[in-house]
Amino acid sequence: MEVFKYKKPLSLMAKSKRFGLLSIVVLLLSVGLILTKGFNLGVDFAGGTLIQVKYAGEAPIEKIRDALNTDKTYKGASVTFFGSQEEVVIRTKMSSGVLGEDVGAKVSVLLKDTGTLEIRRVDMIGAKVGSELRTKGFDAMLIAIIGILLYVSFRFEWRFAVASVLALIHDITIAMGMIVLFSVEVNLDILAALLTILGYSLNDTIIVFDRIREGIRTIKNPDLSAIIDESVTRTLSRTTLTSLTTFFVVLTLFIFGGEIIHGFAFTLLVGIVVGTYSSIFVASPILMWLGFSVSGFREKEAIKLKRDKEKEKMRAMYENGTM
Amino acid sequence: MVKTLNYRVILFAFALIFGIVFSIPSLTQSESGKKITLGLDLQGGLHMLLGIKSEVAIESRIKSMAATVKYLFDDEEIIFDDLRMNEDGTITFELLDADDVTKAIALLKKEIEGTVLSQKSLNFSLEMTEEEQIRTKQNAIGQAVDTIRNRLNEFGLAEPTVAKQGTDKILVEVPGIKNRADIERLKKLIERAAHLQLMAVDEDRIARVNTMSANEAKSFGDVILTDVKTPEKYLVRAIPVLDGSMLTDAKVGFDENNQPVINFALNGQGAKIFGDFTGKYVGKRMAVVLDNMVYSAPNINERIGGGHVQISGNFTFGEAQDLAIALRSGALLAPVIIESERFIGPSLGADSIKASSLALALGFLLVVIFMVIYYGMAGVIANVALIGNLFLILAIMSLVGATLTLPGMAGIVLTVGMAVDANVIINERIRELLHQGKSIGKSIEDGYNNAFTAIFDANVTTLIAAIVLVVYGTGAIKGFAITMGIGIAASMLTAIVGTHGIYQWILPKIDKKKLNFWFGIKQEETK
Repeated sequence: MEVFKYKKPLSLMAKSKRFGLLSIVVLLLSVGLILTKGFNLGVDFAGGTLIQVKYAGEAPIEKIRDALNTDKTYKGASVTFFGSQEEVVIRTKMSSGVLGEDVGAKVSVLLKDTGTLEIRRVDMIGAKVGSELRTKGFDAMLIAIIGILLYVSFRFEWRFAVASVLALIHDITIAMGMIVLFSVEVNLDILAALLTILGYSLNDTIIVFDRIREGIRTIKNPDLSAIIDESVTRTLSRTTLTSLTTFFVVLTLFIFGGEIIHGFAFTLLVGIVVGTYSSIFVASPILMWLGFSVSGFREKEAIKLKRDKEKEKMRAMYENGTM
Repeated sequence: MVKTLNYRVILFAFALIFGIVFSIPSLTQSESGKKITLGLDLQGGLHMLLGIKSEVAIESRIKSMAATVKYLFDDEEIIFDDLRMNEDGTITFELLDADDVTKAIALLKKEIEGTVLSQKSLNFSLEMTEEEQIRTKQNAIGQAVDTIRNRLNEFGLAEPTVAKQGTDKILVEVPGIKNRADIERLKKLIERAAHLQLMAVDEDRIARVNTMSANEAKSFGDVILTDVKTPEKYLVRAIPVLDGSMLTDAKVGFDENNQPVINFALNGQGAKIFGDFTGKYVGKRMAVVLDNMVYSAPNINERIGGGHVQISGNFTFGEAQDLAIALRSGALLAPVIIESERFIGPSLGADSIKASSLALALGFLLVVIFMVIYYGMAGVIANVALIGNLFLILAIMSLVGATLTLPGMAGIVLTVGMAVDANVIINERIRELLHQGKSIGKSIEDGYNNAFTAIFDANVTTLIAAIVLVVYGTGAIKGFAITMGIGIAASMLTAIVGTHGIYQWILPKIDKKKLNFWFGIKQEETK
């Protein structure tokens, strides 16, 4: 079966301004959302306590709230359904001062008249640990980006590195915007998902860039936009297919993986879509806007080749001389 | 000449056999052999991160130094006065007889390490050195790790993990713990400082204890403590007679009223100090103090030799038992605080395994079917590599004793999606060359060559992200990054080397008239 048959290059670069505008608008909306609505930080980062309770039948949310309100530590705790009607999650912003008592035990005492229940999960993070995790997460993101920047500069050229990192920031920001939009609770797993998007979106971009690098060497026409069009079209089949397989796999995780993994899978789904889009429509135009010059690159390559040849010649001469 | 068997396919066969052999123990969960351990989020259990108040370790070190000074001087009959511990961490005292000075200085130098002694005529000041303070703090953490481990081992739960994390945190993981009552007991056991002190009651001033302020008590070198069950207050000498460090054993026993009590034994030095003290204090009371609460304050009727002491305090049997464990495994030099706690019930873990296995199976099936439909035999070859990849991930994880967490499962699911990527890239390249009318052999070789740099660069960048996650991530996140990293590395072997070898192996059998069957492209469309 063949869906994407290469016939002639798509004229993507001609439309790059339109895609650029679209990206900038979505990007600004995302930043706006992040700044105004803000992240829904989970206990991992904000500190506090999360208790997941499963009932034998439908969970009596109102009764649970009333029962919790009788104790001043748990007063005003948020109670929401979790995945199904039988399970609820109770969240409090309890400070570490109260951490001395056993929260699970306390809650089961408070809830003992609300029905047959089982405490299935307790996550209690002190404010100090939460803020430590937050800085660590930010550091991880930064270090990963710097590492990638260095590697791509080394393997390609600095403009490729900058373009791929800009595309990356584009993807991460939009993914974060969606997280905020859908009020996904941000815990450590969401951070992991964002870092995975980082790797994944880059993966896509690199494949396209690799083709452009190849095109620069093999295609006679020194017009960069023609080379980009050709390369993107040639990789379109792969980009779409891989994205589709990964998308479907993550979709099964999203649908069947259970409530705990929901936010993680959701973030990945957004990341895959945005990452695919950016590697086709965003990364390559940035390369052009950064003023990448094909002839300049070829000259540099030629000089490098010449130097290598000279070195080889010298070595040959040297070896002949000693022989 | 066409080579049939080649190093690539042999390498792949070895990798596959290696993968299958070493993943069997994990898959069958057999008793023998190295296997993957399930993370707490999958098997259920309790995870805690403890912080430590290391400044308390310094305080109690100073206190025990003061007790030693008192004991040494009493023992050597050096006459002194006004021995006290001050706010700034110094111990001061005054010698009454100038003839004792040389002897006292020599004695302190010999017996108390890590201190600086300064002298102003007959007034002395003893202070801990900076290095000693740092050493004491580090010691407190190491000792807390050992002590908590001992306590948990005695508690009788399967394979608890107690480890130092970073510079000032302790990680405690207890798999398999199920009900909240156990957890509550366990937490009490961990948090209990179990700091035992035997202290002399200040009989001269105790009558005024209810009107005395803490500062006033301090000015007399006393401290006010309350009873563990009643609001009764005691005035006791701040410097203890002896503490739990001289304890050798603690057992639960019963008193004459058949109430549970804790009997403990002191070591030689402790027994001597205790004997001397009780000999001198006949007719007065001695308080048994545990974690700054008075458990009992019996009257001393006669000198007690032998070093056997009893604590009674209206315990239940369970309380007494846990207390005995805590006393036996030693006091915590500094109290610990639970900074974070994660508990996963066993049923939730089982649900997570079920759900993520289902997702893994479905995702895998989807990818496998898609590859066959889209690429024909080339897809089948890619699938062989994919299966090899899964076995390799399991085998490597088993061998390094990695822990499989829920995000780790997600990492495997994701790897399934990404591992075929290499084969998609390669197959697309081969198709491209076939369309250009190249021969099958040439198309395959050039296809692999053309695809290699792209796959390599792409995988290295993803690997960079995975490594950063391993280094910076904690717990479950680390698990995710490890499986993803292993998956990427394994896919380089299976998806690039393995499939290439298979093509070279079966090349003579590939019928160039059946390109649709082999590569999923229509015959007439090739030139």
